[in-house]
Amino acid sequence: MRSIAAIARNPVSIALVAALALAGCANQKTVPNSAADLGLGGAGGPPGSQQEFTVSIGDRIFFDTDSSLIRADAQGILSRQAQWLNKYTSYTITVEGHADERGTREYNLALGARRAAAARDFLVARGVAGNRIRTISYGKERPVATCDDISCWSQNRRAVTVLNGGNS
Amino acid sequence: MQSFLKATFMIAAMAAGFAMATLPARALVEIDINKGVVEPLPIAITEFISADGKGAEISSVIEADLRRSGLFAPIEKGAFIEKISNPDAAPRFQDWTVINAQALVTGKVSETPDGRLRAEYRLWDTYAGQQLVGEQFFSSKDKWRRIAHIIADSIYQRLTGEGGYFDTRIVYVDESGPRNNRVKRLAIMDQDGANQRFLTDGRSIVLTPRFSPTRQEITYMSYESGQPQVYLLQLETGQRELVGNFPGMTFAPRFSPNGQKVIMSLLRDDGNSNIFAMDLRSRNTTRLTTSNAIDTSPSYSPDGSQIVFTSDRGGRAQIYVMGADGSNPQRISFGDGTYSTPVWSPRGDLVAFTKQTGGEFQIGVMRTDGSGERILSSGFLQEGPTWAPNGRVIMFFRQPAGSGGPQLYSIDLTGRNEQKIPTANFGSDPAWSPLLE
Repeated sequence: MRSIAAIARNPVSIALVAALALAGCANQKTVPNSAADLGLGGAGGPPGSQQEFTVSIGDRIFFDTDSSLIRADAQGILSRQAQWLNKYTSYTITVEGHADERGTREYNLALGARRAAAARDFLVARGVAGNRIRTISYGKERPVATCDDISCWSQNRRAVTVLNGGNS
Repeated sequence: MQSFLKATFMIAAMAAGFAMATLPARALVEIDINKGVVEPLPIAITEFISADGKGAEISSVIEADLRRSGLFAPIEKGAFIEKISNPDAAPRFQDWTVINAQALVTGKVSETPDGRLRAEYRLWDTYAGQQLVGEQFFSSKDKWRRIAHIIADSIYQRLTGEGGYFDTRIVYVDESGPRNNRVKRLAIMDQDGANQRFLTDGRSIVLTPRFSPTRQEITYMSYESGQPQVYLLQLETGQRELVGNFPGMTFAPRFSPNGQKVIMSLLRDDGNSNIFAMDLRSRNTTRLTTSNAIDTSPSYSPDGSQIVFTSDRGGRAQIYVMGADGSNPQRISFGDGTYSTPVWSPRGDLVAFTKQTGGEFQIGVMRTDGSGERILSSGFLQEGPTWAPNGRVIMFFRQPAGSGGPQLYSIDLTGRNEQKIPTANFGSDPAWSPLLE
């Protein structure tokens, strides 16, 4: 019951669950990033699990064009991430910064790095120890959405918090 | 990792070694490539005489090089009147002027007693009725394409007064697989797309390769350690090494003009990026920028005294020039939009760049003080200019909307003569080599 409400707050997981249901077994292995870790059925998973973090808490935030400012909607997600990480302290995390394709390659590597650092700094300000967090930039090398318009670009401008192990 | 990269490749040039006449101060046939519109020069390139067909292969590579330059219009062989049987003898010039051939190329290819290839050619001015160039070259048999490119460079140079660029290679990123999980491999090929070969296996993302101006060496960025970092790759041995021992991501590498330094961006802990230079011999690193901004894509002037780079220190990405020691940074781009990927021309007079404006990506050039901006090409997504060693041709990559992936293109400094470069798969991040040794 609680998990259904949580899913409704998270449009990314809804989209992925729908894709899994429609596509059956076709090509799902190419879905990158931690979205691939989503369990079938889309339940929130047991407390403290990777699945709970990805589905119920929300593993990613989005940015405006050419910006690394943490938006209001992203602040809510990062605050929930910080609460969760402060509860399950055995996890270390990697924050991946990404850019859309509407910038040149080297600038976008720097922009992705700046986004990852901004998300990391927010988590640290909410009490997550800095030595638990690694950051990496993928620039525009790993888009999740691959169309050639703004509906995809807005999904690709993101920072994704990936759990690196622990008690899942 | 060896074969055609061998430094021991021997080419003996005997320039004018068998010239028939001394040249007048000024021959008739000449192309002024600084004019706004260049009428391609009609040229007859005859099949080089040989016992085994190698002559025909070599002359057809020469013809393709000159045609692709946009400065020459090779005449169909069916129109030829005289059949050249002795390329050492003077041709019947009126047979060539009557078909409007202003220049004529003849040649022959043979095998030396020790099994090497010997190629001789002569370039004739048909209206003046005299020989302009006579040269011969030797190489191992498998290097026959290089012989052809060297002869094409010689013809180009004699008739345009500019250095050639055909005996060069391109290193680039080969792209395959789905767009959200691309496999990227470093690849290298001749400038005409021949002899394509992979340099990495695709297990790690590799980006932005650049040639050393002085050695058979490239620098590039790879994710192979898990952290994106700058590497060197020796083309002859395949040996790779990390550049420096930096705590964070290093990216956007490029060599100094003497090949002794690599200049690049280093990510700071606060998420900004600054520019550093590393001396490859002493391993000393020098910090060149300190701004709380993104400073990236550095490129030296050919004399090594200045650096052009991208920075968003003023709010959005623009192009700046500073001294090679980091002194006195000055913004030079002031047009409508953002500017990035500046690359200093090998002649020193221009900077090529990518500009984003009105939802488009443009490839352009400006003078090094930012004046005289000219856009050469506009499109949905294109970036990453690289200069031919003579500073007259620019290569870049372009991905039209809905196309699935990027391809390489070249374009003249005039904005004319756009040519698609053939590659096995999708291709991006091209970098032009200097003229081969």
